[in-house]
Amino acid sequence: MTDAIVEVKGVGKVYDNGVEALRDVNLAFPEGQLSTLLGPSGCGKTTLLKIIAGLIPHNAGEVWVKGKKVDGPGPERAFVFQDFALLPWADVLRNVAFGLELRGVPRPEREEVARKYIAEVGLKGFEHRPPNQLSGGMRQRVGLARALTVDADIILMDEPFSSVDEQTRRKFQEDLLDLLRHHQKTVIFVTHSIEEAAYLSDQIALLSPRPGTVSKIVRPAVDRSRSPDEIRRDRGYLDTVDDIWHILRQYV
Amino acid sequence: MLLSLLVWAALWEAVGQAKLSSIVPPFSSVVEAAIEIAPTEKFRNAAIITLRSFALGMGLALAIGIPLGVAMARLKGVGRLLGMWVNIFVSAPISALVPILMAVVGIGETTVVVTVFLFAVFVIILDTQVGVTHADRSLVEMARSFGARRHQLYTKVLLLSALPEILAGVRLGAIRGVKGVVIGQLLVAIIGVGELFELYSNHFLMEEFWALVVVVFLFAFAVSEAIAALERRVEYYAASR
Repeated sequence: MTDAIVEVKGVGKVYDNGVEALRDVNLAFPEGQLSTLLGPSGCGKTTLLKIIAGLIPHNAGEVWVKGKKVDGPGPERAFVFQDFALLPWADVLRNVAFGLELRGVPRPEREEVARKYIAEVGLKGFEHRPPNQLSGGMRQRVGLARALTVDADIILMDEPFSSVDEQTRRKFQEDLLDLLRHHQKTVIFVTHSIEEAAYLSDQIALLSPRPGTVSKIVRPAVDRSRSPDEIRRDRGYLDTVDDIWHILRQYV
Repeated sequence: MLLSLLVWAALWEAVGQAKLSSIVPPFSSVVEAAIEIAPTEKFRNAAIITLRSFALGMGLALAIGIPLGVAMARLKGVGRLLGMWVNIFVSAPISALVPILMAVVGIGETTVVVTVFLFAVFVIILDTQVGVTHADRSLVEMARSFGARRHQLYTKVLLLSALPEILAGVRLGAIRGVKGVVIGQLLVAIIGVGELFELYSNHFLMEEFWALVVVVFLFAFAVSEAIAALERRVEYYAASR
């Protein structure tokens, strides 16, 4: 097992209204792998992801990223939002380059980088479209390109495919695995889809609800060198889906 | 819209020609009077003073209203402290305060500027506050996650996000500002368009009086349409939020 690039130690979160979202969460995320936070709605998985991102404060415990304790956002982490969070007044190019724009990178330079990633996520030719002319799947590709553009080591994805239709979702999952193979990123991925988790992940952390805490860690034994269709029929993949369902069933 | 104007102008003309009332001269003689008074020095001076008061008052209202609205939306304490007052003043009859203003700041242009300011500022504050409060929270989170500094959060996300509401507030504020400049000048009664209104009505110069009314209406309409055109330009993204 590789070293952990992100470590969550004893993290707890109580919201202002008294709801305890997380209690004593301990998790290690191996470098260069895709880890999934999986659980039913309300188990605090998005809260945990946003705590790791430094977007919401936690009440207890510590978050360590690349050997440093963090309590705010940082350039080594990039976030992909469930609702895309694209600037509606800016075109695709400016949205993708926005992270670099905030860092003060000069315009020609940041647009060159942005164009490269726009092409990588398959949106070449759409550089000057505003987001409202794009489909949900394409908008999320913009969100992904924006996260890749800032060259963070860790990409945090909050149910990125949940507002995308099923066909687009499958294609997107395959493209995501492809992209990650080339870029050596560590990905932390939140989803409520068991199939999605089993298909994408090297490591799956199952969260139990109210208050959210890690109930089990599953490492799917799936041969990733095979084609996407073969993986979906793979014994290891199907067994993982079954195992997870048996654990999660008690929470719903 | 042009058709509707023509119909009403024709109706006015008819009522005027019928000589139902000496207060309503035919529209054509009003237009004649307008053409007659427009080049006079008296009118030009009145127009300049009026425009200047309006511009100063509106400028102040924008310079104070927008930042205050943003502050009320972003800082809980400021919002609580001022929220109730802004809501009271936005619907209060400001005209009633003008006589007090005259006593405080004197009878002159300053009073008119302050009147314009008071007429316009509250609706600008309110709409800015609403716009910034309702700015997309995930856009704010997005900017923070990519390391936005505080000033970047305002200039690159919050203000642009609130732009449709801010512009709506500015348009309403400008319309109120026109009312403010006329009411202020009427009550002060010795400067600008207000002076002319007094002059014409005291001497029963109805053609000139109505010509002035039409000019003021056209001005208010032009200001509001200009801002509305700006609003339409940002509408395409307001709809997609």
